[in-house]
Amino acid sequence: MSKITIPLGPQHPALKEPENFMLVLEGEQIENATINLGYNHRGMEKAAEERTFIQNMYLLERVCGICSHSHTTCYVTNVEEAAKAEVPERALAIRVLVGELERVHSHLLWLGVAAYEIGFETLFMYTWRDREQVLDCLELLSGNRVHYSINTIGGVRRDITPEQKNEVLKRINFLEERTKYYIKVATEEPTVRARAANVGKLPYEVALERGAVGPTARASGVKRDVRKDAPYLLYDKLDFNLITHDSCDVFGRVVVRALELMESYKLIKQVLNYLPEGPLTVKVPPRIAPAEVVNLYEAPRGEDIHYLKTNGTDKPERLKVRAPTLANLQSVTYMLEGGWLADVPLVIAAIDPCMSCTDRAMVYDRKTDKTQVYDWEDLRRLGIEAYKRKGVDFSKF
Amino acid sequence: MKLKPARMLSEVLTHLFKKPATSGYPFEKARVTARFRGRIDFDSGKCIGCQMCVRVCPSKAIEIPLSEEQFAAPPVQQGQPAVPAKKQFDCIMKLGSCVYCWQCAETCPKHALITTQDFELAQIDPSKLVRHYK
Ligand code: SF4
Ligand code: SF4
Repeated sequence: MSKITIPLGPQHPALKEPENFMLVLEGEQIENATINLGYNHRGMEKAAEERTFIQNMYLLERVCGICSHSHTTCYVTNVEEAAKAEVPERALAIRVLVGELERVHSHLLWLGVAAYEIGFETLFMYTWRDREQVLDCLELLSGNRVHYSINTIGGVRRDITPEQKNEVLKRINFLEERTKYYIKVATEEPTVRARAANVGKLPYEVALERGAVGPTARASGVKRDVRKDAPYLLYDKLDFNLITHDSCDVFGRVVVRALELMESYKLIKQVLNYLPEGPLTVKVPPRIAPAEVVNLYEAPRGEDIHYLKTNGTDKPERLKVRAPTLANLQSVTYMLEGGWLADVPLVIAAIDPCMSCTDRAMVYDRKTDKTQVYDWEDLRRLGIEAYKRKGVDFSKF
Repeated sequence: MKLKPARMLSEVLTHLFKKPATSGYPFEKARVTARFRGRIDFDSGKCIGCQMCVRVCPSKAIEIPLSEEQFAAPPVQQGQPAVPAKKQFDCIMKLGSCVYCWQCAETCPKHALITTQDFELAQIDPSKLVRHYK
């Protein structure tokens, strides 16, 4: 049979954001898959260099609509570390609380999307209806459903009152009951099992080799979670389990996320009952002495990395964001290859992709009307040349 | 693990007797919580024109120009040096650019920017999105 290549995307009903997958098909089976990114580049890293640290808070919140708290917390931790500020513990506790509420809303959203891709629309409607409860909690605490803006440099902007605590606990208890039911549905309903089991296989070794992160890695049995491996905020004081599953397929990813919801409820309750007394913020000077910092954060989709370089002014010299989807895309090609065309939307959805967070740069030459993609070697060479012009020679390394 | 077909059936049936989860907006008023961040209002009497809000705004949504009309200086009291009049400032707010973070209101040293919970701010004519508070 002759092979055909079909493009999936950049505009495709199965994809929520523009990206392109070139699939080489032999009949219905995928022989080879390549991912092309770059349709969503927004120039955020460059824009961040033009803004002050406090303005960047609101810019970086918009890297991703779902994990807005992850990006700002990671960024703000960097800034505080560079400024050598000691953040009060109450502020850290509130950050953990909002972070876990965010994980709940993101995982419930994903559960709905996965149900939708499976064709199980009843479950999709139910999870999204219940997700409103956690969005209400977030609005109650922070003032907004999506871009909470609760972080500020040196702490958090809003406190938690006892009434709010009770209100959040009430809703979390309700969600806990609902989630127990969804776990039963996901594991006992034959429809979910039949559609998701043995689809998008990612064996343990491959997940390690391709550097998968977050629930994608954990569903392949890889014990990897920044909250455990390199605890930040208050996670070393809190008690929760690292959830893994060893089925290595889409079904495992459903189960991991559903069980992680229960762990997040546990964390939310712990933090609400812990909440140390004290101030909410410390003062951080607007100008920050030269420093270089890197921080990790376990976003709902996996490990999020931020790098920050300061130069003594009130603006960053360089800011770099590595969103978790970028780490997981290497695994997607593996999961697609050998699978069936009809499974593609489900497999892609199973890593919970967030393409606009991931997209960084594409080079477009106006004179020749050509776009160009650089590989690692090219980037290395260009970097060395650029530094040579500044008088630093890196070519020896 | 044991499989149970039609796990959802009883749940689906109970939903026949439940109220819809959606609300009837716009016929029914939408509620927001007490901390919801809406439009920023301006009190010209308090503003001293320090421009801190303009500098801190992440989306360049706010401008504080000098008002066209200025008050006359108060009459000079005998034996006292002349006091200049308090300058009057306007506020031009681009609602289409504002991201409703309230950072300006938190930064303002004189509390001249007033936070509100207005959120029904959509316009068909984009020019109406620029509000000039005097
Ligand atoms: S609310 Fe935020 S975006 Fe809007 S004017 Fe104030 S600082 Fe600017
Ligand atoms: S509104 Fe407040 S921050 Fe802005 S110029 Fe007036 S006094 Fe300064």
